Amino acid sequence: MSDLNTFRQETRAWLNENCPASCQGDDNILPDILWGGRRQKIAEPDVQRWMDRLVAQGWTIPAWPKEYGGGGLSDDESKVLAEEMSAIGTHSPLYSFGISMLGPALLEYATEEQKREHLPRIASGEIRWCQGYSEPGSGSDLASLQCKAVKDGDDYVVTGQKVWTSTADVSDWIFCLVRTDSDAPKHEGISFLLIDMESEGVSARPIVLLSGASPFCETFFDSVRVPIANRVHEENKGWSVAKALLLHERTMLAGGPGRASTGDQKRTLLQVARDSMNAPTGPLPDKAVRAEIAQTEMDQMCYAATLQKVQDAAKAGKGMGPEGSMFKLYLSELGQRSADLRQRLNGADGLIWDGDEFHPEAKESTREWLYSRASTILGGTSEIQLNIITKRVLGLPE
Amino acid sequence: MTLILNEEQELLRDSAKSFVDDQWQLNQLRANRASPKSGTIDAKLWQQMVELGWAAIPFPEEFGGLGLGYAELGIVMEEAGRKLLISPLLSSVVLSGSAIELAGNNDQKTEHLAKICDGSGLYAMAYQETSRHDPENVHAALTKSDGGYQLSGHKQLVINGGSANHLVVVCRSSGDAGDRDGLSLVLVNSSAVGVSIANNLLLDSTPSANITFRDVPISPEDILGKIGNAAEVLDEVYARAAIALSADMLGGIQSAFDMTLEYLKVREQFGAKIGTFQGLKHRAGRWFCEVELSRAIVLKALRSIDSGSSNLARVSNACKARCTATYQLSGKEGIQMHGGIGVTDEHDIGLYFKRARVTEILLGDTSFHTDQFATASSY
Repeated sequence: MSDLNTFRQETRAWLNENCPASCQGDDNILPDILWGGRRQKIAEPDVQRWMDRLVAQGWTIPAWPKEYGGGGLSDDESKVLAEEMSAIGTHSPLYSFGISMLGPALLEYATEEQKREHLPRIASGEIRWCQGYSEPGSGSDLASLQCKAVKDGDDYVVTGQKVWTSTADVSDWIFCLVRTDSDAPKHEGISFLLIDMESEGVSARPIVLLSGASPFCETFFDSVRVPIANRVHEENKGWSVAKALLLHERTMLAGGPGRASTGDQKRTLLQVARDSMNAPTGPLPDKAVRAEIAQTEMDQMCYAATLQKVQDAAKAGKGMGPEGSMFKLYLSELGQRSADLRQRLNGADGLIWDGDEFHPEAKESTREWLYSRASTILGGTSEIQLNIITKRVLGLPE
Repeated sequence: MTLILNEEQELLRDSAKSFVDDQWQLNQLRANRASPKSGTIDAKLWQQMVELGWAAIPFPEEFGGLGLGYAELGIVMEEAGRKLLISPLLSSVVLSGSAIELAGNNDQKTEHLAKICDGSGLYAMAYQETSRHDPENVHAALTKSDGGYQLSGHKQLVINGGSANHLVVVCRSSGDAGDRDGLSLVLVNSSAVGVSIANNLLLDSTPSANITFRDVPISPEDILGKIGNAAEVLDEVYARAAIALSADMLGGIQSAFDMTLEYLKVREQFGAKIGTFQGLKHRAGRWFCEVELSRAIVLKALRSIDSGSSNLARVSNACKARCTATYQLSGKEGIQMHGGIGVTDEHDIGLYFKRARVTEILLGDTSFHTDQFATASSY
């Protein structure tokens, strides 16, 4: 315990010394968020400094072993670091699929050589990763994927198309599920490949959504040569890696441990309602809207308690299992309801797509409302989450 | 505040569970309907619960309590609720006990909390006067008379009112119905002159009473707290009671869910287990999420009482609103998924459907708590 206290003192001193003032504050919001990669735009100087110091310390991902670019901290030490960072209102500026999804899967399944090659570049933000899972013909039925990898010498030759590859147009590498055996049952002919986006034959094209421009892309593979050494885990055993990774994705989407709040709305739902009803104080004149806001806030309170309960269980050594699906399901639907109410309360302003005169927040909230329809589809639809809950948590027969 | 049970709490849960399983049958609810004495509590069963220390859980040791908290009382109430056990936990321990603990002076606490804890006294709280829960809508009048006061008024939905030997009565010493000022709390002996009690059996076999007070003499020693000044204490009492009742509801919710889930796994139609049908499966999945959300908010709310949270009112509103909605869902989906057998009196699922409605009306339904939540949030 006294070791931990020493660590706390040292950490506090280090943060005091190294965290720029502009990266601290009550709002816990940094001037900039970094996604890393070769095409990372030039960061705000303080954020870059903060990032460089964290990387040198291995603290962009403190719990990973030092040899893989992490901080080599124990669980207790990681917790102390998180507490000390939160106490001064800061966090690591680096967010990436590499940290939240691929990294944990590599730690579990990759060879030593693969770990040493890829993990440090994730931790330092040098390489930005994207995910190649869905295909035009394989959405909810992911395991039916057809993107083919055929062995040729020391390489696989990959041909096919991926879709919903977030940020593919600005990423350096892609982790991909490919079919390596077309005759086997669908789950048993899939392999997990790491592919350099600069390889000959890879191209990506952004997708426009209802809400306008989006980070999603279509990615095409035209006879792309990928070294066999880039396969993670055994051939045709890629589905195990995929499942482990999907669990991390759901945890992330559910705002699980380690996720920072991003993009907080400027006005609360209540403020939007007050503005729209011209009722700055006192009881809201529209009683039905008042009840809808209260319902949303009570639901948020219940969700927060549910999340806390799982986190408390995790701290006591009981990990989050398939019930992660419940968090993804509930949070996406709650967010959707709340975005819908907000957009509705914006009324006439919310209808304006673009123009000269309307509430500055309405434009953003309209796009968020449209985008929110995607939240119950991406990362496994609500219906897929229900399939998982009923099979793996409730044990209902198939 | 951590939302998982510690080792002692798990032991308490296990012991409560085995007591309820051993000593209580759901059939008792059916038997109560036929019995002319159904308006009263099973004193022998209650005495056993008292001996286990359940009545003493939340009270300070100096007044005969165990010095534990609502986190612990909630565990016991959840286990009781799992089998729809009829007991005075809510009426005597939570409602009356809280009112005495929060408003009473040292002498009152010494006398009455000790009686609640050791079971020598059975208490009920008479607060409701209108069909809907409406805490400030109190007409029952406390007026001055020679050397003291007298009480006149009419109360309904006094849970266990027919078995209680002491009543904690919410009344009005000044102002009009609806005012927060002027609310008072008094202790009344239920055998006092002028108290008349009509016993009712509620639709879930809970004993309830309507009580009329006609010029009942009240001595100054039986006034709890400062006269006319009970509103704040009552806020806390109702918040605690709504949360404790939610813990009881949670037990029932979990039972109805478990019972139905089991049925989905064994019942066959069209040559398949009905649990294979996605039309039922997904509803069960959504129901499960609601149960988990209810459990989490109950755990949080119970601990918010113990920590003296300044946010207790809002948490209790969210808790009771959520558990009410989930219990309704559980009763309705439970019956629907059981099909024909679900609407028979022979099957237990309907007993949960009935309890869901009683606990919904008690201490305010979802729309009441949604409204209160908005008020407490200043909109």
